[in-house]
Amino acid sequence: MSVLYIAVPLAVVIAGAFLAGFIWSVRRGQYDDVETPAHRMLDDD
Amino acid sequence: MLTEALAPTREARGEASEQASEACALPVRCAHCGLAVARGLVREGRSEQFCCHGCETAYEVIHRCGLGRYYQMREGSEGAVRSSGRSYAEFDDATFRTLYATRDARGLWRAELYLTGMHCAACVWLVERLPRLLDGVVSARVDLGRSLVVITWDDARTRLSEVARELEAIGYPPSPARDAKARAGRRVEDRRQLVRLAVAGACAGNVMLFSIALYAGAFSAMEQEYRVFFRWASLVLTVVSLAWPGRVFFASAWYAIRTRSAHFDVPIALALAAGAGWAAWTTVLATLGLETTLRGSYFDSVAVLVFALLVGRFLQARQQRQAADSVELLFSLTPGAARRVRGADEEAEERVEEVPVENLVVGDVVEVRPGECFPADGEVEKGQSAVDAAVLTGESRAVEVGVGANVAAGTTNVTSVVRVRVSAAGEATRIAKLMRLVEEGARRRAPIVEFADKVAAYFAGGMLVLAGLTLGVWLFVEPSRALDHAVALLVVTCPCALGLATPLTMTIAMGRAAKRRMLIKGGEAIQRLAGPKQGQAGRNRGTIFLDKTGTITQGGLSLAAWEGAAWAKPLVAALERQSNHPVGVALARDCGPAAAGVVTDVTMRVGGGLSGVIDGRRVVVGSRGFVMEAAGGAAGAMAGAFDAMTRRGLTPVGVVVDGALVAVAGLGDVVREDAAAAVARLKAMGYRVAVLSGDEARVVEAVAAKVGIGASEALGGRSPEQKLAAVEAAKREGLVVMVGDGVNDAAALAAADVGVAVHGGVEASLAAADVYLGRAGLMPLVELVEASGRTMGTIRRNLVISVFYNGVAGALAMLGLVSPLVAALVMPVSSLTAVGVSMRSRTFGNGAEGGGE
Repeated sequence: MSVLYIAVPLAVVIAGAFLAGFIWSVRRGQYDDVETPAHRMLDDD
Repeated sequence: MLTEALAPTREARGEASEQASEACALPVRCAHCGLAVARGLVREGRSEQFCCHGCETAYEVIHRCGLGRYYQMREGSEGAVRSSGRSYAEFDDATFRTLYATRDARGLWRAELYLTGMHCAACVWLVERLPRLLDGVVSARVDLGRSLVVITWDDARTRLSEVARELEAIGYPPSPARDAKARAGRRVEDRRQLVRLAVAGACAGNVMLFSIALYAGAFSAMEQEYRVFFRWASLVLTVVSLAWPGRVFFASAWYAIRTRSAHFDVPIALALAAGAGWAAWTTVLATLGLETTLRGSYFDSVAVLVFALLVGRFLQARQQRQAADSVELLFSLTPGAARRVRGADEEAEERVEEVPVENLVVGDVVEVRPGECFPADGEVEKGQSAVDAAVLTGESRAVEVGVGANVAAGTTNVTSVVRVRVSAAGEATRIAKLMRLVEEGARRRAPIVEFADKVAAYFAGGMLVLAGLTLGVWLFVEPSRALDHAVALLVVTCPCALGLATPLTMTIAMGRAAKRRMLIKGGEAIQRLAGPKQGQAGRNRGTIFLDKTGTITQGGLSLAAWEGAAWAKPLVAALERQSNHPVGVALARDCGPAAAGVVTDVTMRVGGGLSGVIDGRRVVVGSRGFVMEAAGGAAGAMAGAFDAMTRRGLTPVGVVVDGALVAVAGLGDVVREDAAAAVARLKAMGYRVAVLSGDEARVVEAVAAKVGIGASEALGGRSPEQKLAAVEAAKREGLVVMVGDGVNDAAALAAADVGVAVHGGVEASLAAADVYLGRAGLMPLVELVEASGRTMGTIRRNLVISVFYNGVAGALAMLGLVSPLVAALVMPVSSLTAVGVSMRSRTFGNGAEGGGE
């Protein structure tokens, strides 16, 4: 069971990495406008 | 496909504007985009015509996918792109720059512009191709939700006025985004909220996982060592959650305590602090081996509570943000530029320049073209035209103005170019004064504390007292468990069922309403519309004031009666296509298909009418005097028709063909089809329904009678100030709902308990109103009132469930019967129940019609 001492912190670190990624994307403004990009996918260039 | 479509589309648009100036007899409209189809492209024997290959392909694709309804859903077909001929020179003005543009480190300029008519993927695509159309534009990024484009351009290679002209040429007239700075601030706040949500969510999720391990371990005899480990892991994440996203609750609670005001956040902050503090203490005890049960392990409750509350607030804020955005958009569309004439007084050379309206001063002469709004109050110096003053007076008919007549800012010049000497500009104009009245009306409104917040605050306050009591009593009974029971009470009875479910129900209701094109700015409107609980059918629930023009009626002129020869209609339609006078536009639209053949020799007399030759027949359409002249004074059988129309409150228009009066058309404002039924339903709900209009009393009474409102409730001839007074008077007797669409209603809308702006209204009324109905007719109003009642019903039901649950769980906790395990399990279950009820409840759109989601 002592594997928990590695597994739990590791899980938290991985979760933290995803969280950091999300925060980074928010700060880059990727969630400012969630409507227009859906329409941009029709652009073929 | 789109790339290929661009070129022909642009060509076609060019041709369209040429054709429009050519006075073509019968423009064929493209079935897809509504532009005129070039003559060479018209295909005989087909019902649909297309201006270009791209449109035809799009039309086929849309139909093949079974989406043909798109063409009916498309609102207010903008028609052909008509260049206004504006130079947009004011966009290059220094004042404009300091107000609306910024310069970045690379020396590039950046400005946000609102675009009208942007609503689909093709629009986004076209506008974002701007750098390719115009050298010097570095980028163009569209925000479709806000109808906004951010333009970055190099001033050395192009000017913003050129960009604006290009945008107008491709069909999107721009106007500066006047709220750019405020929006930048809100964007930062939006991002912060999202980050907080993410952190709280991640912490809550992980703490919950640890708790599952702990609880599962409790049954399968987990070793103490690992229990302590999981407790510490939970503690760390909970501290992160409280210190970062949870800080907002502590900050606002602290603020409330300092200002000695009751706020929902105070008990929340206390519960969070107590729960976390107690859990931390028991963790320390567990580490020292003094605590071997799961006592006091509240980390998951605390972390989930932070997350749940933030989600509720985020949803609510987003909803309000969207409403605010759309109002600001409409605000920005008011004219920002004026065409100032320099040197008009001296006989020297005249110069016309475009300047921002902020630069206008009293004494300036401005030129106003047909279709434009007057930028300031003033007196007509030169020219003769018709003015549509509906925004100010509510009067649907355009008024003829000549030299010396006064015109007001915000009203629309309809027929021809006039020059106006400015007598009041900016804040001094009548419309600005009205807008101030609106603001004052909005401020005067008593701040109401939201129903649930109030209950929750009382409730949570009561729980604090009870927790203190529990602590006190248990200190005598069993001191070692006293704090444990007190905290268990706080956690298990956490008002989060209220704190989350109430805003969630409101938000879901507002979201569903928005999908049905009803924009509700805040939960207050729903709450007030639902009225007091005892508002049973037949009881007096309050007064609903309806504006006449545009609310009960369709607003604007339309053909209401036709007396005489029906065969003249196509001729009238063909002739009146040449006119942009409101009467002409109405006739051209309502007289059915136009006669084929070229219209020649068109002459127009201001204040009289129009004459022309179609297929060799001389057709004259216009006022009584004008057509009598053409008919040689002989009215014949139609003599009585003019007076009959006037008696019915309609504007008579005579039709003379080859020198004989053949028909008289009656133009008026037509009552909406659903108005009578809607009024009847509102009355059945227990409302007193009255008409409040600026129009002539006689006309108002006639319209009121048609929809089943008695003459005593038809209040005509009211100025905006009198409307306000009427609303204030009725407010003393109960709830007042004001429904209107004009600036003349704005003050009354703001003063009423609930102001409802209707479809097609002007921006001022939208700003003042609590609710905007985006669908035509009065039935949406009925739906709004009914759905508000259902929404409040759901909220009350939630409160009852929550109070019942809390009463039972609280009593058990006070008796010391709630173990940490039960507290932690029951609390989220109660929240989920409340959330489930909110989601499934019948509010907007999924109630009356019986349809599901």
